Amino acid sequence: MEYFVQQLIIGITLGSIYGLIAIGYTMVYGIIGMINFAHGDVFMVGGFIALIAFLALLAIGVTSIPIALFLVLLIAMALTALYGWTVERFAYRPLRHSYRLAPLISAIGMSIILQNYVQIAQGARVKPLPPIVTGSHTLMSSDGFDVELSNIQIIVVLTTVALMVSFSWLVAKTRLGRDMRACEQDLKMASLLGVNIDRTISLTFVIGAALASVAGIMYLLYYGVIDFYIGFVAGVKAFTAAVLGGIGSLPGAMLGGLLIGLIETFWSAYFSIEYKDVAAFSILIVVLIFLPTGILGRPEVEKV
Amino acid sequence: MTEPLLSIRGVETFYGNIMALKGIDLNVNEGEIVTLIGANGSGKSTLMMTIFGNPRASKGAITFDGRDITQMPSHEIARLHIAQSPEGRRIFPHMTVLENLQMGATVADPTHFDEDVKRVCTLFPLLEQRMRQRGGTLSGGEQQMLAIARALMSRPRLLLLDEPSLGLAPMLAQQIFRTIRELNVRDRLTVFLVEQNAFHALKLAHRGYVIVNGEITLSGTGHELLARPEVRAAYLDGGRREAHGA
Ligand SMILES: Nc1ncnc2c1ncn2[C@@H]1O[C@H](COP(=O)(O)OP(=O)(O)OP(=O)(O)O)[C@@H](O)[C@H]1O
Ligand SMILES: [Mg+2]
Repeated sequence: MEYFVQQLIIGITLGSIYGLIAIGYTMVYGIIGMINFAHGDVFMVGGFIALIAFLALLAIGVTSIPIALFLVLLIAMALTALYGWTVERFAYRPLRHSYRLAPLISAIGMSIILQNYVQIAQGARVKPLPPIVTGSHTLMSSDGFDVELSNIQIIVVLTTVALMVSFSWLVAKTRLGRDMRACEQDLKMASLLGVNIDRTISLTFVIGAALASVAGIMYLLYYGVIDFYIGFVAGVKAFTAAVLGGIGSLPGAMLGGLLIGLIETFWSAYFSIEYKDVAAFSILIVVLIFLPTGILGRPEVEKV
Repeated sequence: MTEPLLSIRGVETFYGNIMALKGIDLNVNEGEIVTLIGANGSGKSTLMMTIFGNPRASKGAITFDGRDITQMPSHEIARLHIAQSPEGRRIFPHMTVLENLQMGATVADPTHFDEDVKRVCTLFPLLEQRMRQRGGTLSGGEQQMLAIARALMSRPRLLLLDEPSLGLAPMLAQQIFRTIRELNVRDRLTVFLVEQNAFHALKLAHRGYVIVNGEITLSGTGHELLARPEVRAAYLDGGRREAHGA
């Protein structure tokens, strides 16, 4: 029982990180129908920006942890958003009207460019961050096994929930969110009504990248190490989460992220850690056989 | 004579290698209802979309209110208060009726949104009960009303209607035509109307154009065109009077 609860906590934490990244995949797919393969690497860049920002703040003597966290959040979100904007503006927009595979290939290219760029600029080795957020709480214990809930886990989950709530509100209730949904449903009609679709698509990438950067910060704080390759692995998982939840669906991305995090954690805990990715992907395949549009995806026929 | 509100000069539009519009000349004056009639595939919808720059005219010039809009992006053209109820209605299916109307008001002054919703609900009372329903769940006729209502939400200076009677029961089609006339007479709304229901369209319109294979072959007042034997033969006789669309 204690072991189960402990794995649940770990799984939810991991799932939160995947969910935040998955939102970026699902939004971009919804609005322009492409898989942004570079999104995982944008998450990785976000993590590196956060690492550099932390180290810089420590170097100039910012010792208050909350202030440092807040500043890093701002810096990483802003700069990563700029990366997201740039990728869309220069690698995807010029190809939007060309044949379908072109932006996809461009996205794979961007992914490789970002990875190599960080590898060259930051080195291939794993980069550590001194522990910033420490401390944990023992929730229950028996037979010498303690269920620990660490402060960092609390921060990860609370931040994710806060971001998801505010982002869902933005999509459902604000003018920008409505424009984004209109573009998702009928790009051409949206433009006929006066929506600047280039701007709306740009903002979608900017928001997706900002959310991914928060995931990057969480990853960095949680694991304490980062390298140029984490974007690929986490990206594939988050993409899987988006497909599992139903690509194009926002709650689907959140749910899918949570599920992938839980599956991976429980599989590692109870079966074998070597096959945790196999487990996640097997479940994806099974789900897609029975629910081709994912758990919360809407059937394509509904589009008129 | 004053400048036409919309003027189309020598416009050519291509889909790849296919020339869909072969040098169109057409005017719409302020306060007029002008109709464009033609067979399937003659280029009517293409012209409506070319006015919005999507597809873009590769030759010729389109001016609105004295302004050259030939190369303007679609959303900037919309900001000049040209509105379109396009072919196929293109309601946002996952948005509520109210949200569809909000989208229609994208370029409008938000302070008169509530008033405008009331106004379109007076025109189409059916919509009022459906405000919270998703667009995709409306019937075809209701979607058509919503498409027109959405276009009206921007308080357009020029309203483009692409086959508003398509797929509607004759009674409903009549109602739509009456509404168009009402808007024109009462609010002096300028309307450019594409119709296959040529009889009604020509009766309603001040002036009309006939398009054949991407070219304007005839133009004149509605009455003149109704009387032309070639119009009667091609677009009116043989039971085609009502039966279009289904
Ligand atoms: N997206 C497109 N790509 C290629 N060709 C197109 C496209 N849209 C229209 N066409 C072609 O352009 C021509 C004019 O089409 P358009 O839709 O303007 O006709 P229409 O007069 O509106 O017909 P209908 O009365 O059936 O609506 C047709 O030959 C059509 O096949
Ligand atoms: Mg047409």
